[in-house]
Amino acid sequence: MKKPHLPHLPPESAAAVRHSTMNIWITVGVGFREIWAHKFRSLLTMLGIILGVASLVAMSALVKGMENGAKEALVAIGGLEKVRVEPQELPPEQRHLRDQALGLTINDVRALAAGAPLVTRISPEMRVPANVSANGKNFRPFICSGVWPVALEMSEHTVLHGRMFNDLDDEMARSVCVIGTATRDELWGAPDQVGREIIPVGETLYINGVPFTIIGMFQHYESEQDRKRREAEAAARAAAGPPTQNAGLSRDRGRGGRGRGNFIFWLKNATIYMPLNTAYMKFRSGVTLAGFGGRGGGGGNGGAAGATGDPRLSSLELKIMNVDLLPQALQQVRNVLMSTHRGIEDFTFRTQEDWAENINTFIRNARLSGGLIAGISLIVGGIGIMNIMLASISERVREIGIRKSIGASTGDIFVQILVESVVIAVLGGVAGLAASLALVTGISSLSPTGNAPVITAGAMSLAFAFSVVIGVLAGLVPAIKAARLDPIQALRYE
Amino acid sequence: MALVEVRNVSKIYHLGGEEIRALDNVSLDIEAGEFISIIGPSGSGKSTLMHILGCLDTPTKGTISLDGVMIQGASPRQLAAIRNQKIGFVFQFFNLLPKLNVVQNVELPMIYAGCSARERRERALEALEAVGLANRSKHRPSQLSGGQQQRVAIARALVNRPRIVFADEPTGNLDSHTGEAILALFRQLSTQGRTIVLVTHDPEIAAVTPRRIEIRDGKIAAKVDLTLAGLDRSPRSGPAAGAAP
Ligand SMILES: Nc1ncnc2c1ncn2[C@@H]1O[C@H](COP(=O)(O)OP(=O)(O)O)[C@@H](O)[C@H]1O
Ligand SMILES: [Mg+2]
Repeated sequence: MKKPHLPHLPPESAAAVRHSTMNIWITVGVGFREIWAHKFRSLLTMLGIILGVASLVAMSALVKGMENGAKEALVAIGGLEKVRVEPQELPPEQRHLRDQALGLTINDVRALAAGAPLVTRISPEMRVPANVSANGKNFRPFICSGVWPVALEMSEHTVLHGRMFNDLDDEMARSVCVIGTATRDELWGAPDQVGREIIPVGETLYINGVPFTIIGMFQHYESEQDRKRREAEAAARAAAGPPTQNAGLSRDRGRGGRGRGNFIFWLKNATIYMPLNTAYMKFRSGVTLAGFGGRGGGGGNGGAAGATGDPRLSSLELKIMNVDLLPQALQQVRNVLMSTHRGIEDFTFRTQEDWAENINTFIRNARLSGGLIAGISLIVGGIGIMNIMLASISERVREIGIRKSIGASTGDIFVQILVESVVIAVLGGVAGLAASLALVTGISSLSPTGNAPVITAGAMSLAFAFSVVIGVLAGLVPAIKAARLDPIQALRYE
Repeated sequence: MALVEVRNVSKIYHLGGEEIRALDNVSLDIEAGEFISIIGPSGSGKSTLMHILGCLDTPTKGTISLDGVMIQGASPRQLAAIRNQKIGFVFQFFNLLPKLNVVQNVELPMIYAGCSARERRERALEALEAVGLANRSKHRPSQLSGGQQQRVAIARALVNRPRIVFADEPTGNLDSHTGEAILALFRQLSTQGRTIVLVTHDPEIAAVTPRRIEIRDGKIAAKVDLTLAGLDRSPRSGPAAGAAP
């Protein structure tokens, strides 16, 4: 297109020519018509975008569900403000002082109450590896501990039936206990199985053969999702009439509370508390000193009483004033304990922060890998669109020539092809959003964590925006190619 | 000033080092309201000239002014607008869009002109009326005969009320009877004051126009003007003959 640059367009004749661009809605209409004319081809083209958007939304819904579940569980075990102090093997340079180590004792509790103002609550615990029996059945609870009544608040427990033991019970070392619903379910039967809720308050429970009176039972702990499901089932049952044994059994299977993701809640239900003094009096030889779930029985770590005669504790649970003050609080606790332990570092801290951090890392990784997969399928979808648009314009060389001969400008053709590509992508995006709903419903029944996926508006709009961007990018090259077609070549094209 | 003024226009193609002069130093004027034919054997450069006059192509050398606008100075966007507003094309192979029906095809130029939907429909039906196809407006091009398709193409060429209509071998794909009907339509449009340029290789067809320009090997071989000789029998509203030498 080399031409001598001769006198320019006189202004009045330039004004005489109307410069108008094709109305965008007409262009969109043309795009729809073109897509409709090749329905099957367009559908195949959209498939990549549909899958990409659907997987993006579904992935983020799953991750969101996991996140919610993890947060719920975190609250259930006492939140971030809870710190455990556990006994620990001495560091190598202090090994020779082993016989001087006292372990955690009630003395520590008193010292902390006096010397660690950032600690608001202290709950000593003496863990008893237990085998309980009643009603002719046996059960191994996850936690069987002697505690102070304060453990109730510390571990976010609620006594729904009967009462919690009090300081008097502790002082008198009464053989009373408070149980979680898991113990009841195992020994007397779950409400689903027997068709009614059994409250064994007042019954006798044998803990390692020692008779205890059950004076209270905690509420049943479960995830939000389980609660909703159970309530829906209860409503359905009420509507269906009187329950039958069979229906109850099959429902119990569907509830699947323990085998799967709601482990934290099951653990919490499998708790038995007795007064600290009672535990000391009855089971002093069998108290577990190592941290979690040591069920191996009594012997090993031996002596329940230290040099002072103070009972040795399995652990201390502390609640601190504010998560933000966690480092300072830990420092206070360390200072106090170092002094009561005479410089022997036979204890360690366990915070939920590590756990929260792990959850966050996991969520981030899940989001990243899911996003990567969805992103790749969106890009593949975009390539599919570009491919089809290129094929489509070589089919339509003549149409483009005709449009140019009757006055379409380069820009008009460019916009037409671009809009077509965007329309395909947007339709794919909308279909993908619909597919994601189906996908999420399908996946939620297979979800490994048992957390209900949560579709967020943010994820949906992000996925949709992505599909529009992909449409624009995919249409760019074909649109430029079409706009550049020489109308004469295009018209000669037979 | 003539409607179209062509001065020393050449179009040169280079094919593998060989120079092809599709147009060689062509000058001519076309007056408003004229009915003129460009005639010459196949390959003589008729279509090339028509494409250049119709702003679909640019000359290698020379200047063209159309309705007072120097084409050389115009941007591609302005050229598109000129094609849209001032020029109508009729092609040998009709060149209708097969996916659109008749009235949508005729509306197409007005879409690029930015007319409202109502105005488009009204004027398209009017144009179809003018070519005698108002009752076929919902048909697809493929459901029409060749002659009917060419009428639709003529309606489309006229619908934006262009200053000039170019028809490249408009009867080349039609049987002689239908072709004659199309020529009659052009003659009728000419009597209504339209400026029409008929491009053909067939002297018999060229005979319907009072003025003929004969092209051979890209050069103007002869200019025949029956109006000057007083032999014009076609009843058209005469142009100002002043521009002729
Ligand atoms: N794009 C092109 N490249 C090379 N030569 C061309 C091109 N277009 C046209 N020509 C040549 O220009 C000459 C005129 O062609 P054309 O105007 O189509 O003739 P007509 O319409 O009179 O049959 C022919 O020799 C043709 O081969
Ligand atoms: Mg030709």
